Amino acid sequence: MTILYFARLREEIGTSEEKLDPPAGVKTVADLMKWLRGRSEDHAHALGPGALLKVAVNQTYAEPGTPISAGDEIAIFPPVTGG
Amino acid sequence: MIRVQQEPFDVGKELAALTVGRSDIGATVTFTGQVRDFSDGADVQKMTLEHYPGMTEKELARIEAEAVRRFGLTASLIVHRVGELTPGDPIVLVIACAPHRGQAFDAARFMMDFLKTDAPFWKKEQGAGREGWVEAREEDDAARDKWK
Repeated sequence: MTILYFARLREEIGTSEEKLDPPAGVKTVADLMKWLRGRSEDHAHALGPGALLKVAVNQTYAEPGTPISAGDEIAIFPPVTGG
Repeated sequence: MIRVQQEPFDVGKELAALTVGRSDIGATVTFTGQVRDFSDGADVQKMTLEHYPGMTEKELARIEAEAVRRFGLTASLIVHRVGELTPGDPIVLVIACAPHRGQAFDAARFMMDFLKTDAPFWKKEQGAGREGWVEAREEDDAARDKWK
């Protein structure tokens, strides 16, 4: 599974991409966020439950309950500010 | 048509290329967004635009297709720049061509409103010894939600 971070989140976590293999119990976006928070203090802070973040699974916006599986590209980012 | 690019764009050339030889267009609305030199009262000297390659193009194409479907556009274009920009530089171009003006005006606004909230771009501003990510605005969500 590829996890991508953008903008402020990329800076806070200190990387733009991680290749990870979450345990079998991680089945949804919400599971993944919870699991990622345990990876480091930076993850915990940047992905904290209060953080206002968007998640895309395979380049489509997702919800906390969206299922995820091995091989997915999961992007996590702050609300967008283009235009 | 949609494009994400570093280079500047020429509104006149884009408009000419989009409408050349067409006689089914009765109304064309173009919107250009530019970099301001102020933001929440602070000076801005430089702006860097980051994006999510792949998803950005997908979202822009989805927004454009929805505008075509909803307003019956006969031609359309979205161009968005990424990378380093300075105040006065054009960032985004939206062109909506339709048989009548109402559809063209509405479609241009519709595409910009959705682009602001859905297309994965992020702005970082630099100026006077400080830099920071631009915060998303609730007004932008409200502008998009008016279309629902």
